[in-house]
Amino acid sequence: MTIGKRIALAVVSLTLGVTAALLAADPIQVTGAGATFPYPIYSKWFDVYHNAHPNIQINYQSQGSGAGIRQVIAGTVDFGATDGPMTDEQLAQAKVKILHFPTVLGADVATYNVEGVTKDLKFTPSALAGIFLGKITKWNDPEIAKVNPGVNLPNAEIVVVHRSDGSGTTYIWTDYLSKVSNEWKTQVGTGPSPRWPVGLGGKGNEGVTGLVKQTPNSIGYVELIYALQNQMPAALVQNSSGAFIKADLASVTAAAAGAAKDIPEDFRVSITNAPGKTAYPIASFTWLLVPAQIADASKRDAIKGFIRWMLADGQKLAEPLAYAPLPKEVVAKELKAIDLIQ
Amino acid sequence: MTTSATTAVGAGFPWDPRSWVRRLRSGDEIAHLITFLFSSSIIFITSWLVFELWVNSSLPRQKFGLSFLVTRIWDPIAGDFGALPFIYGTVVTTVVGLLIAVPLGIGAAIFLAELAPPKISDSLSFLIELLAAVPSVIYGLLAVFILIPLMRTTIQPFLKSTLGFLPFFTGPAYGVGFLTAGIVLAVMIIPFIISVSREVLLSVPGDQREAALALGATRWEATWKVVVPFARVGILGSVFLALARALGETMAVTMVIGNNPQVSASLFAPGYTIAAVIANEFTEATSDLYLQALVELGLVLFLLTFILNGLARLLILLTTQKAGAHE
Repeated sequence: MTIGKRIALAVVSLTLGVTAALLAADPIQVTGAGATFPYPIYSKWFDVYHNAHPNIQINYQSQGSGAGIRQVIAGTVDFGATDGPMTDEQLAQAKVKILHFPTVLGADVATYNVEGVTKDLKFTPSALAGIFLGKITKWNDPEIAKVNPGVNLPNAEIVVVHRSDGSGTTYIWTDYLSKVSNEWKTQVGTGPSPRWPVGLGGKGNEGVTGLVKQTPNSIGYVELIYALQNQMPAALVQNSSGAFIKADLASVTAAAAGAAKDIPEDFRVSITNAPGKTAYPIASFTWLLVPAQIADASKRDAIKGFIRWMLADGQKLAEPLAYAPLPKEVVAKELKAIDLIQ
Repeated sequence: MTTSATTAVGAGFPWDPRSWVRRLRSGDEIAHLITFLFSSSIIFITSWLVFELWVNSSLPRQKFGLSFLVTRIWDPIAGDFGALPFIYGTVVTTVVGLLIAVPLGIGAAIFLAELAPPKISDSLSFLIELLAAVPSVIYGLLAVFILIPLMRTTIQPFLKSTLGFLPFFTGPAYGVGFLTAGIVLAVMIIPFIISVSREVLLSVPGDQREAALALGATRWEATWKVVVPFARVGILGSVFLALARALGETMAVTMVIGNNPQVSASLFAPGYTIAAVIANEFTEATSDLYLQALVELGLVLFLLTFILNGLARLLILLTTQKAGAHE
């Protein structure tokens, strides 16, 4: 037998062996549950990843951040997902250490329906807090009028619209208001369904949109992607440097870049009211929650592989779906953090 | 062997195994056993439900006790929970819904069963049964796009200008609120009332009618004084069905009520119901206390259904006695 023949035989048998192994192997099933806010990008990711790696199947149920946190603590899913980072108290409840991995960024925009106003309105942080606290009740209040010169604001009652279902969108909104208003922080606080001082509740982004569109002189807040897709009026919000910023992918990415330098080791950080001249102030990361110890080696490798892919190729899929990709510094840090999963 | 003998032996004491085997062979006992199991499964499911709700709401029951029922604050962030605004919203929307639906529904049923030509009655009944099968989210969407704007621009300003002196019709007209939710509930439960009441009225024996007519009653007198009282229990049964549906309705109500937990005399004000808050907040309830407070709301809704049903039955008992005395 010549060397050439031997090599050919070896190659053939190797190919056959690998194919047989692939065909014989059960697909690795990974289950996750949690946040609804990033669901469009997650379902895209899991689909694309499954096509590239047919032996790995990731099932994700968008039941809400609360459910994601509860299930990852109880260990009934392989990973969770949340729009607000877990509290120290929640982390202590889990039997194993839970790691946070930021995936993409999202933002909330203030949308409104004011009679006779077609220009984009500008809001200071204190105006937004005042409106949602029920202290600013008229559209022609000086706090709104002073930053909107030339806009004919009506002398009409402001109708506040908020989400009625608990949601990550509300978490980001209340987190922002808590940062810019002490009164909001002490009276209401940060959470997915707070005790609203005023307003009507709409179910889901579509419920808020419907109420705002129908009710004259109303103001509400929705996810950025929702406002973009529905071409709704979006307010410019004054950021920490004093500039009025419109929400778009660039200004949300800028907010992440401003906060990226000081991001803590466990990635649990709020980037609302972030520093940076062009940063949009009402933005947030959304996280995957992964246990630090995964007993099943094949599942562990599948999850680690997916996170690595998500940080590289996956990020390119974010922008078409109106999520902002992660800043480079955060990606570099996360790549190191993957090794903590054992 | 005869059925009456079997029953007598079955009820008797001491217990005779031979006759039991005989009855087992003839099949009566098996049928008895199976149907008994089926009916007792209802008791089993109900008590299991209450047990689960009770066990899974221990934290808020211990922390708040009975004050849970009378506290107005619902603050998940601070961990303060009170059910009063939700109980109030559930009762008010249900009562408004029934006030509108019961007269309309029973009136329509009387027309369809007694007065309308059979062709019209049958085709309309078919449409009504279709209405009963429409999913509640569809009613909710219709209300969002049609009823809410109509309420805000026309109905609420009209009520304010004519009946504005009453506390029920004051405050800003948002379009959403208790009244809108009550109207949507009414639309949703009317088909149940009409459909069941019509069947009951049709099953009233013809000789009742004929007897009344023979005594010189007009057609309406025969209907109103003989047929309707005869069918009273069945008609009230349809109202119970409607009551239960209204109490538990979630999706359509949450789309139109404004979802603001407050107790307000004005029907224009936004409110909240128990079913709506459970559906809205369950998925994002992160702390145990919060989750269990929502479960306790479920327990409260169960008790509320129990109490309202009891009150309605009491009402029937009283009216029946009065009617009996009258006759």
